[in-house]
Amino acid sequence: MTDKVEVKTDKKDLTLVCFSGDFDKVLAAFVMATGAAATNRKVTIFFTFWGLNVLKKEYGHKALGKGILAKTFNFLMGGRNKLPLSRLNFGGASPDLMTSMMKKHNVATLPELIEAAHALGVRFQACEMALHILELERDDLIEEVEDVVGVATFLNESENAHIVFV
Amino acid sequence: MNFLDITNETCPMTFVKVKLQLAKMEQGQDLEVILNEGEPLNNVPASCEEQGYKVLSIEEVGDGKHRIIIQK
Repeated sequence: MTDKVEVKTDKKDLTLVCFSGDFDKVLAAFVMATGAAATNRKVTIFFTFWGLNVLKKEYGHKALGKGILAKTFNFLMGGRNKLPLSRLNFGGASPDLMTSMMKKHNVATLPELIEAAHALGVRFQACEMALHILELERDDLIEEVEDVVGVATFLNESENAHIVFV
Repeated sequence: MNFLDITNETCPMTFVKVKLQLAKMEQGQDLEVILNEGEPLNNVPASCEEQGYKVLSIEEVGDGKHRIIIQK
């Protein structure tokens, strides 16, 4: 899935604000993103706050940042392999259980959906403000992130798009 | 001919796999896709035509499965 797909369409764009870092909500965001991109829509996902955990290069727990608070938050939150279920998380066991149920039913897993979204040309943007709060650098994020932007850029670029908040 | 069986896939990977496969192919090449009735049959051919690809044929192959031929 390395070939980038160009989207040629007059359909309305879709912008997803991925605020949540919950496994199930992030999954919903990526299902919408890949579904929309595969059916010829231009899609952007703006990741902010908890959603930034999805973009961390480090998939597990790592004390990123400089200050003690940022380090503690980043360590406890972890990366995309540590996203909790929004309900019935069972001390962190649920995402793995859910993933095994998804595999059993031939539903794409979160890493597969992230890879597909990138291959389909879905744009990943990271919120500048949230990065500052968590003391994360561009280099702490996966290379698929196209840009670090502020809310004004995000709004300008989504002027004629559907905006969905997750 | 390029071939894709998406009968074991679920939404949204049905569309995703077809779209990514077509992206890898050259203009004028054909892609044979086996898909299930319902959501995939209703939407995959339509979504390919939207992108300017030609759906050359759609035939039922039994068990609710269909074979479609798409020309890039």
